[in-house]
Amino acid sequence: MWRIKIENRAVRSYKLSFLTGIVSVFLGVIFTGIIFALWGVNPLFAFYKIFSGSFGSVYGWQETITKAIPLILISSGLSMAFVAGLWNIGAEGQMLLGAIPATYIALKLGCCLPAGIVIPLMFIAGFVGGALAAGIAAVLKEKFRINEVISTLMFNYIIAELVQYLVYGPWKGKGQWGFPYTDNFPSSATLSVLGNTRIHYQTLIIAVLAAVIVYILMKKTRFGYDAKVVGANPSAARYAGINFFRNSVLIMLISGGLAGIAGVGEVAGIHKHLTYPWTISAGYGFTAIIVAALAKNNPLVCLLISVFFSGILVGGDTIQTSLQMPSSTINIFNGIILFFAIAGDYFLTHSVRIVKNG
Amino acid sequence: MIQSLELRNISKRFGAVVANENINLGISSGEILGLLGENGAGKSTLMKILFGIYSPDNGGIFVNGKHIKISSPADSIKIGIGMVHQHFMLVSNHTVAENIALGLSDIPFFFPQAKIRNKINEFNNKYGFDVNPDAYIWQLSAGEQQRVEIIKVLIRGAELLIMDEPTSVLTPSEVSALFNALKKFVSAGGLVAFISHKLDEIMDITDKVVVLRRGRVTGQVDTGDTTKEELARMIFDRDVALSVPFRDSICGSSVLEVVNLNVFGDMGVEACRNLSFSVRENEIFGIAGVAGNGQKELIETITGLREPASGSIFIKGKDITNKSPDIINASGVAHIPEERMKFGVVSSLSVCENAALKDQNTHMRFRGVFIDYGKIKELAERIVKEYSVSAPSVESIMGNLSGGNIQKFITGRELLAEPSLIVAAHPTYGVDVGTTEFIRKKLIEKRDTGSAVLLVSEDLEELFQLCNRIAVMFRGRFMGVIDHQHIDMDKIALWMTGVSGN
Amino acid sequence: MDEKTFLVQQILVRTFAAGTPLLLGTLGEIYSERSGILNLGIEGMMAAGAVAAFATASVTGSPWCGVVAGIVVGGLLALLHAFATVTLKANQIVSGLALTMLGLGISGLWGKRYVGVPLINKILPVRLPVLSNIPILGNAVFNQDLLFYGSVVLGVIMWFILYKTKVGIIIRSVGENPEAADSLGISVWKVRYVCVITGGIFAGMAGSYLSLVYISSWVEGMTGGRGWIVIALTVFSLWNPKRAFLGAYVFGGIYVLQYILQSYGVSPNLLLMLPYIATLAALLAAVKFSKKKRISPPLSLGVPFDRGR
Repeated sequence: MWRIKIENRAVRSYKLSFLTGIVSVFLGVIFTGIIFALWGVNPLFAFYKIFSGSFGSVYGWQETITKAIPLILISSGLSMAFVAGLWNIGAEGQMLLGAIPATYIALKLGCCLPAGIVIPLMFIAGFVGGALAAGIAAVLKEKFRINEVISTLMFNYIIAELVQYLVYGPWKGKGQWGFPYTDNFPSSATLSVLGNTRIHYQTLIIAVLAAVIVYILMKKTRFGYDAKVVGANPSAARYAGINFFRNSVLIMLISGGLAGIAGVGEVAGIHKHLTYPWTISAGYGFTAIIVAALAKNNPLVCLLISVFFSGILVGGDTIQTSLQMPSSTINIFNGIILFFAIAGDYFLTHSVRIVKNG
Repeated sequence: MIQSLELRNISKRFGAVVANENINLGISSGEILGLLGENGAGKSTLMKILFGIYSPDNGGIFVNGKHIKISSPADSIKIGIGMVHQHFMLVSNHTVAENIALGLSDIPFFFPQAKIRNKINEFNNKYGFDVNPDAYIWQLSAGEQQRVEIIKVLIRGAELLIMDEPTSVLTPSEVSALFNALKKFVSAGGLVAFISHKLDEIMDITDKVVVLRRGRVTGQVDTGDTTKEELARMIFDRDVALSVPFRDSICGSSVLEVVNLNVFGDMGVEACRNLSFSVRENEIFGIAGVAGNGQKELIETITGLREPASGSIFIKGKDITNKSPDIINASGVAHIPEERMKFGVVSSLSVCENAALKDQNTHMRFRGVFIDYGKIKELAERIVKEYSVSAPSVESIMGNLSGGNIQKFITGRELLAEPSLIVAAHPTYGVDVGTTEFIRKKLIEKRDTGSAVLLVSEDLEELFQLCNRIAVMFRGRFMGVIDHQHIDMDKIALWMTGVSGN
Repeated sequence: MDEKTFLVQQILVRTFAAGTPLLLGTLGEIYSERSGILNLGIEGMMAAGAVAAFATASVTGSPWCGVVAGIVVGGLLALLHAFATVTLKANQIVSGLALTMLGLGISGLWGKRYVGVPLINKILPVRLPVLSNIPILGNAVFNQDLLFYGSVVLGVIMWFILYKTKVGIIIRSVGENPEAADSLGISVWKVRYVCVITGGIFAGMAGSYLSLVYISSWVEGMTGGRGWIVIALTVFSLWNPKRAFLGAYVFGGIYVLQYILQSYGVSPNLLLMLPYIATLAALLAAVKFSKKKRISPPLSLGVPFDRGR
């Protein structure tokens, strides 16, 4: 008789974790393909559309890199939070709470101060805004034992309504033909782009720097070590005298702050005004969760995977127009990949073999 | 009815480790069989095979001469085998009745609690228990919880009781009550398999003894025909002296000073009441007592994991009351924690990373921002070498090491930091005899080089071997403190039950 | 009937209607969490259940077929979660998020065809004789649809099972101390599978109620965070179905309050924040309660059961 034999693996294998990542994406593609077929769309055609839309042309690449910017920022921050066992699901809201004060600065100071002052101020305000949203959740968790998954999610909804309130109400622009937008940012409050693209390179540079800094922070410093211990074994962290509260709050502040910067990039680099919340956050906060998960919380790997998923997002826009599929279709793909990624983790920690009995 | 039960040619391996090899033994109705051996000798594995938790690689189980297949606890319960685990398998937030009703087949589907009450009272009368069906488990003492476990097993019709180290959490008077109940049980035709490593108990209660060493049977005798010395020879590789040697030391000035300490436990009860004591250089100060009398809370308070209600703690004159664990670490306090997997290590990180768990500041460069992983690796390698931790490499994952090796690692990490005070909670609990001896030797070494040691243990042999002074703790108070020269077993036993007299 | 009585009655009717999907979802999540499995995928299961119910009701013309479809889809999605978290021992938070994404994705894609399509046959209110003649409350409680009555009856049954039966002891014990349950021959994984799937079935039912009764049409994103509110209500209810009633109807009331306050000129966007702010407040309150009553979450919640360890 044959049976399945399952044993724990003794040592972590990087090769294997790379392999499971690839396999989970591959299986995600296949299963999403099945769903496409069920819906009556040729899956090969759909995936051709998705990937040619994002990676098949110079324009596609430009868009892919543009959309990778917020993903890199957010996933770097999230990878840090996840290592520390903080389930920050509120990056969408944190983006928005970064965009709001940046918009305020753009509209108030953009007219009369040079870009060299206004832009840095906007980024700082964005960081502070995003950090605030995440930091409150951290305090609620550590001081009142309120689960951060729920609190950060609730903030998503609350902050989105706040943005709606602002663009429909007090901040509604005068020259926007009645659309719920704020006035367009003056030129000293908008980010410059590379040539004819939408790549707002200042944010891109910040994003890449952020990924590198977070990497160093997590791998090389006491702070990162402490975070790892807090996430893996909170009791041992207490035993070792690690300051829980400070560590958790700091990590949430940074991860929220990076999402806030991403929000600034979107309003100041892409839209040039504050608009519908879902136009700004556009699912980046949730996609970044998958990026971090697939990157095994390594911010440098996040850089690469962000580009891949950004391509999926761009491709998603393509099939939305050419195949009349709703934008949420991408969620199916993301959800399935995430499932396979965690299933793959099982094979990272367990060796599963089929052996003969006796 | 089980008239007789036999294990024939049982073998079990875990990977390369032989847990049981070719084991034969038998019990008959009306008998208590003692299963004796050190930790890791294979007693628990054997009983888990009998109970259906593990399946043997070889051999079989025979009831009344007939071969029986047992592949899960459900099977063994059906046959009439019941196990009282060393760590109680109780749901602490549920009532006694709910715990006993769990998974029971012959109770009504609706309102099972009501029916179970009568049954519990039946057992109370039969065995002289006083278990309240509506009490919550967390409100009960260890002895009461054990009685719940026994009722749980008996109510399922157990005729063979497996008792896995049942006395380790009991006071001496609870032990004799347990023994009475067991005798009543076998006199009515029951069978008992009694696992222990305590010679006195085996001599007291059993009819037959089977001794295991390294997974093999090394002796099988009727209890009446043997002596403790003979049993000890069967347990250990070499003859061991039953009275353990103690080497005295001259104690220096006070290192730890505890003054009028009051601490509350998790459930809001007073765990430590007005404790005052000191531990000096070159001294091992032992705290004896049954678990749950405030030892855990005392240690947590000294090491900064719990806030005291009042009182103060000083290390070499420095007030560390209410300070955080990192400040206390830095004041020279090492801590070998009771729950080693929960507190002592991060099992998902590597051995190397675990070396830096305490005292990270000494492994820093660039003004305490960056961690010096080179230095940490050196430390990890030093711990592994000097404390003979058997690990494939310092990069292996901590959780894959055996319990004994993890404990050696923790001991090494704590002792290599050159502490002035070592707080050791049950440092040899559940580890094999080699490791036990090794850890005790290291503690004595540290004592001789000037450290003060606060040792909490339930193992009296350990305390007698190591301690210059022993305090006995009962319900948060010291019943008394005794010097090594004046050790008196009877007095200590009385103190452990809360009787103070002289 | 004067205008004021009518208004109060209408408010109550809507409160109970708005509370019903929350009640159903919470009942299911209580079972899932009581067995030790946190399922954050409620939002996804609700959304997929809603679209499955609406699509099936549109195709077959029978709303009850729709409810069955919602239940099946909810249960199937939960099965996925059970496989990942019980069999593969995956992180329950990540698996729940994956489930949310998947469910929302499926609802968006499947529902695209039904945007703006009216529901042909609705689930109509059934007036209960005698009881419905009680002033005010009679019309609000006893003149509702069968799904509403069903949810109330189910809630009572779920409470009864959990606290007054053999099975209830088993479920609660598995969530508190799976090792203890295992040692008595109870199959931990079976209990957890059943409870997680029960959670999915109830979430699917909640979704059906949304699309077939409460809104009676398909709108993308119609769950609007109710799945997350359910998670919070589970904490608020201290894992007791009896208290789930309280939480669900209070939150139902908050949804109705939005409409009332709107007529007083408060910005609708600020009002839409209300349920989410109230959720945070409810969690704060729950922390206070649980401290006072010494109730803690099921002890093994979120921890995979590994027999070998």
